[in-house]
Amino acid sequence: MAGRVAGKVAFITGAARGQGRSHAVRLAEEGADIIAVDIAEDIDSVRRFYPGATEADLAETVKEVEALDRRIVAAKADVRDYDALRKALDDGVAQLGHVDIVSANAAIWIFGDLAHEVSERDWQDLIDVNLTGVWHTAKAAIPHLIGQGTGGSIIITSSAAGLKGTPYAAQYTTSKHAVIGLMRTLALELAPHSIRVNTVNPTGVDTIMIQNEATWKLFLPDVEHPTKDQAAEIFATTNALPVPWVEPRDVSNAVLFLASDEARYITGVTLPVDAGYTLK
Amino acid sequence: MAGRVEGKVAFITGAARGQGRSHAVRLAAEGAAIIAVDICRPIDSVPYPMATPQDLAETIRQVEALDRRIIAFQADVRDYAGLKQALDEGVAQLDGLDIVSANAGILSYGLAAELDEATWQDMIDVNLTGVWHTAKAAMPHLIAGGRGGSIILTSSGVTLKGTPNFAHYVSAKHGLVGLMRTLALELAPHSIRVNSLHPTSVNTDMAHNELTYGLFRPDLEHPTVDDASATFQAMNALPLRWVEPADISNAVLFLASDEARYITGVPLPVDAGFAIK
Repeated sequence: MAGRVAGKVAFITGAARGQGRSHAVRLAEEGADIIAVDIAEDIDSVRRFYPGATEADLAETVKEVEALDRRIVAAKADVRDYDALRKALDDGVAQLGHVDIVSANAAIWIFGDLAHEVSERDWQDLIDVNLTGVWHTAKAAIPHLIGQGTGGSIIITSSAAGLKGTPYAAQYTTSKHAVIGLMRTLALELAPHSIRVNTVNPTGVDTIMIQNEATWKLFLPDVEHPTKDQAAEIFATTNALPVPWVEPRDVSNAVLFLASDEARYITGVTLPVDAGYTLK
Repeated sequence: MAGRVEGKVAFITGAARGQGRSHAVRLAAEGAAIIAVDICRPIDSVPYPMATPQDLAETIRQVEALDRRIIAFQADVRDYAGLKQALDEGVAQLDGLDIVSANAGILSYGLAAELDEATWQDMIDVNLTGVWHTAKAAMPHLIAGGRGGSIILTSSGVTLKGTPNFAHYVSAKHGLVGLMRTLALELAPHSIRVNSLHPTSVNTDMAHNELTYGLFRPDLEHPTVDDASATFQAMNALPLRWVEPADISNAVLFLASDEARYITGVPLPVDAGFAIK
């Protein structure tokens, strides 16, 4: 049985670990080759919450994709640096022949301040990565997609926080709403080329981005050293389904569906993978 | 390789032809057994031919050709007792229920100020109350099964926009979104998911008849599909006139499968960009 994205090439940002690695592996399982990028280093304003991915993490993604007998071209690149990102993608396309799927996944999570207390630096870093980085990713990929003349699928990772306000995370919530506006505009601009653009909108995903004491403390401000189990109870109250968070693979399955030809006529859509978070 | 809904049982209304048949065949191809119902007779206010018993027999044939089981009944979604009896019988024979596709729907036309009472009422009865009946009949089985479930309501791209000449249809399809969101919250504690699909025009008998073409080309006495093509295409952002039943079935399959185990309360367009245009 041929894979559901057999013969396609997927460009994935933030691919060193977490959701990005999961997307790389899931798409490779279904027959895609991968162009993976990650900053693979700390960003100063994020370090106080959780550590950045490393080059060793990116190497692990390479190993897992190659274990599936698929090809992967990986590069260390920062989505804030358009030239570097573009070069990484161009190199990947030169080696793998084309690009068909784009997963604009790279993002950071900075939180804990009321909107009027957010520092200029925190605001700027987050908007640069989570919003401008997504535009850079699309900007680098679109000439390839149009030039190939074979359509394509761009999947932007927004968030349930792209559909609902989130106290103490103004900068994150703003960036995740903004990429929906970008998605809707790209969907219209690229529709004549049969290139589709959609977002996935997860609730909390079980990765280092939320599995850290600073995030747990946001939900349990009165507990000095909250545990994952304590956090799980509170996280579960934010979802309609009886689960605290979803797994990276759940988001990957939605990315796979949108990337595949099964979704050939789905464009301009926000797809929550959120256990009913936005409904509740 | 196991199918994506291997071992599950799916209940599909309006399964004699069109999208409903396509859903039955797609889910069966991925390993599901099917409980199919269809009214299989005309409704007075519906201006195009409805499905027939022969159509339902063809659905049975196609599912059985895939070596999957199917139990089929003639039943009207407006008749709750009849619908429940059909489903109960199917569940008894196939030993469970996991997936519900509330797909049965009709289309008729008229300006809101001119619709007659029967045309309005038939529409609301089939396209809204019929869906509630479908969910109502299915929920006790899903809850008792204790293994979650997935309910997929077929709404329409028009719920994200108004559309002249379809006040009754647009009202019913908007109503489904409210029903979907409420059911999703009520059933979440049982890990039963509820979502809706929002297609643009689908390449079935419902879209392909002279009345639809006439609505799009009121300037012509006997418009053909070619005359209406530019209007069909102008509604969509992607360069196409309509989607195929298989495209909707692929979305049904995704939402029905465990790959979507944490997707609930979602209106999912399969609309070629109709809603954003």
